[in-house]
Amino acid sequence: MSSLPADYMEFVHISKQFPGVLALDDVNFSVPQGSVRALVGENGAGKSTLLKILSGAHPPTTGHIRIADREMAFEDTTSAIDAGVAVIYQELQLVPELSIAENIYLGHLPAGSMFIDYRQLWDKAFENMRMVGLGDVSPKVRVGRLSIGQRQMVEIAKALTRNAGIIAFDEPTSSLSSRETDVLFGIIRQLREQNKTIFYVSHRLEEIFEICDSVTVFRDGRHVATRRTMEGLTRDMIVKDMVGREIVDIYHYHPRPHGEAALKVEDVTGPGLASPVSFEVRKGEIIGCFGLVGAGRTELMRILFGAAPRRSGNVEVFGRTVDVKAPADAIRAGIMLCPEDRKKEGVIPGLSIQENTNISARRHHLRMGFLDKRWEYDNVMEKIRALAIKTPSQRQLARNLSGGNQQKVVLARWLAEKIKVILLDEPTRGIDVGAKSEIYDIIYRLAGEGIGVVAVSSELPEVMGISDRILVFSEGELVADVPRAEATQEKILSLALPQESKKHFRGEEI
Amino acid sequence: MSAQTTGPANPQNSSMAKTIWRDFGMIVVLVVIFILCSLLVPRFLSVPNMKALTLAVSMTGMVACTMMFCLASGNFDMSCGAVVACSGVVAAQVINLAAPVFGGAVGMILGILASLGVGLLVGLVNGVTIAYIKINALITTLATMQIARGFGYIIGDGRAVGVSVEEFFALGTKSWLGIPIPVYITIVCFAVFGTLLEKTAFGRNTLAIGGNEEAANLAGIRVSAHKLLLFILHGLMAAFAGVVLASRMTSGQPTTSQGFELDVISACVLGGISMAGGIASIWFAISGVLIMGILQNSMNLMNVQTFYQYVARGLILLIAVIFDKYKQKYM
Ligand SMILES: Nc1ncnc2c1ncn2[C@@H]1O[C@H](COP(=O)(O)OP(=O)(O)OP(=O)(O)O)[C@@H](O)[C@H]1O
Ligand SMILES: [Mg+2]
Repeated sequence: MSSLPADYMEFVHISKQFPGVLALDDVNFSVPQGSVRALVGENGAGKSTLLKILSGAHPPTTGHIRIADREMAFEDTTSAIDAGVAVIYQELQLVPELSIAENIYLGHLPAGSMFIDYRQLWDKAFENMRMVGLGDVSPKVRVGRLSIGQRQMVEIAKALTRNAGIIAFDEPTSSLSSRETDVLFGIIRQLREQNKTIFYVSHRLEEIFEICDSVTVFRDGRHVATRRTMEGLTRDMIVKDMVGREIVDIYHYHPRPHGEAALKVEDVTGPGLASPVSFEVRKGEIIGCFGLVGAGRTELMRILFGAAPRRSGNVEVFGRTVDVKAPADAIRAGIMLCPEDRKKEGVIPGLSIQENTNISARRHHLRMGFLDKRWEYDNVMEKIRALAIKTPSQRQLARNLSGGNQQKVVLARWLAEKIKVILLDEPTRGIDVGAKSEIYDIIYRLAGEGIGVVAVSSELPEVMGISDRILVFSEGELVADVPRAEATQEKILSLALPQESKKHFRGEEI
Repeated sequence: MSAQTTGPANPQNSSMAKTIWRDFGMIVVLVVIFILCSLLVPRFLSVPNMKALTLAVSMTGMVACTMMFCLASGNFDMSCGAVVACSGVVAAQVINLAAPVFGGAVGMILGILASLGVGLLVGLVNGVTIAYIKINALITTLATMQIARGFGYIIGDGRAVGVSVEEFFALGTKSWLGIPIPVYITIVCFAVFGTLLEKTAFGRNTLAIGGNEEAANLAGIRVSAHKLLLFILHGLMAAFAGVVLASRMTSGQPTTSQGFELDVISACVLGGISMAGGIASIWFAISGVLIMGILQNSMNLMNVQTFYQYVARGLILLIAVIFDKYKQKYM
């Protein structure tokens, strides 16, 4: 089996059968060295599964992987690591209780005669941390105290120390700020120059044009097409490969009438907020919250929902002051929250989709104190259809769903509630284009029913695409309230930058 | 009515089979063990032995019901053995003190109420410390276990307290249709707590908390209050078991039920209830309790010495949890 350098590694007839789901169906393609390959497809198309096969986390049902000239059948993750494969998963694999340095070198901690040589560990780790833009953090800091973006960077540093020849990123930028994304792209370019093979999974198609040499598209577990990004490839062509039809305008915004105040927030303070926050959302209005990662948006959402303590201030829903001390109070008052981190705060992995969907609203649907399973079944089936949740059955455990589909399950949970105000924290993170546009439809529908919508997003095009008004956050402060008509990319972005870098932005230097 | 389906045509059937195996797999094991013991162990399948067997498992069975809820929520409780002992002593003392003054019937009621009060109190302390002050459940209940054990000795003055009112013995010693009363109580407990777990929001919320506490909180479940309630229920159940035991032994004994909590937890885990929380079913509890009981009973019948019984029970538990691990991985 001789090979050109052009196809350094190859997936050979890979299939993966999960109970009830054929996640990969005879996937066959090869990748050259020194290039970045994008893997794209709808939620549940099989991208993460392919990477798990690459990393040895799941054995393929049939098929194998060829690297250089050797056929590989990874039994476990250690053999994949030994073969020079590093996969950075969608759900990070760090130990929050350990320090950054310990996490980076976990599994091959530098040892003195008997004890861990901490001096050496910290020095070595710090070198790697600088490469990924974590130069301003001590290697002794516990990972649990880092932001999601920073954790991602730790994970990447970990992969770098292993000196892997094949590095795969599963939706790395979904939790990164734009600055961190730039750092990441710098690293990826470096790795490409070092002649490594890189896989890059993302639902953000712009990024693919920026960083990838070629794109492989999956649909329903099948390899649909592989194209080079150079030769006149357009975003629309990729989307068409992915979903099998054309999507014209994913935002399809149109103005709606607004009523009185649905949510009125006055001088609210709490953890993560640098100064009191006041704003208003009217019935039928969609407010977008933009800011860099760590700007205080998530913290504000958590305070409004009762998941974090409100130190002062007043919150009104539909004209009545509500005292929210816990999420349960918020839900009673009609405020719902779709949290940012679906894995940690959203789904309950060991319960079925039906269970997960019905957890909240079922208290309105008890029959003589007992669960109304008939209603729960009807409700979940309706939501599975409405949100196009991809699953063989409503009994599937949430942990077996793809990342994007887990997100949809969390959203589904609220749709049977009596919503007055819905807070959506990164509602389309990790969601494919087709489903995104469906989620926007749901947001518009909710707004159309007179619900106040607050959507936090780190994607500027999304915030600008769907919002009637945009609140800009920076360093724990609400810095601006911009009506849709006055919003431009540059304006919002410059407002969102921290004070420090604003000076740079105005042109002194970068 | 069809969901979006990928892959083979009958995923429903295969997942149905899996669900059935998951829920009733241990029952099959139980039946097999029962048949084996009937064939191999002399005198096993006899009316007196069946009576002894069911009576022996009735205590574990009752307490396993609420322990199942603790485990399902990702917690557990080491104090229940001590609560059984302490509440038995309290019942005995209060009955003896109250009966001469208020008469036997009122004395008994007061005794039972006092002993349930002990359970309530221990449950309250456990619950508040674990759910609100957020101290680890192991440490908390180890502490309350010693406190309860200590109070048992103090109240009983270090000795067994014989009960002076004979009507009190009915609860533990009488039979109806040839079956001892405690067995009926246990069956009722299985039915009530099984229904609570499978058919009510309370049960589902317990599993949700055990599965992902933060997510459960954000889904609107009042997690701390829920956990407090679980520990109170569990304390009450242990105290009630203590009353039944005292009635059976005709006295409150401060030394009784050493290691009982471990028997209960072992039985639950043996049946397939997850120590990590989120996975539980009343069938798991029932099969775990019965398997443990049958094996112990058989070892007694075969005159296996106590020391060897310990080794055997430990081994069985180890095998069970390893088996469970593979079962989960396979699914
Ligand atoms: N452990 C598992 N058990 C059963 N089914 C699974 C398991 N893991 C994944 N699946 C199923 O396999 C299919 C492919 O999932 P995968 O995670 O690879 O999708 P993905 O392309 O990464 O999607 P996303 O963009 O949402 O992350 C999905 O239908 C998913 O439900
Ligand atoms: Mg994925």
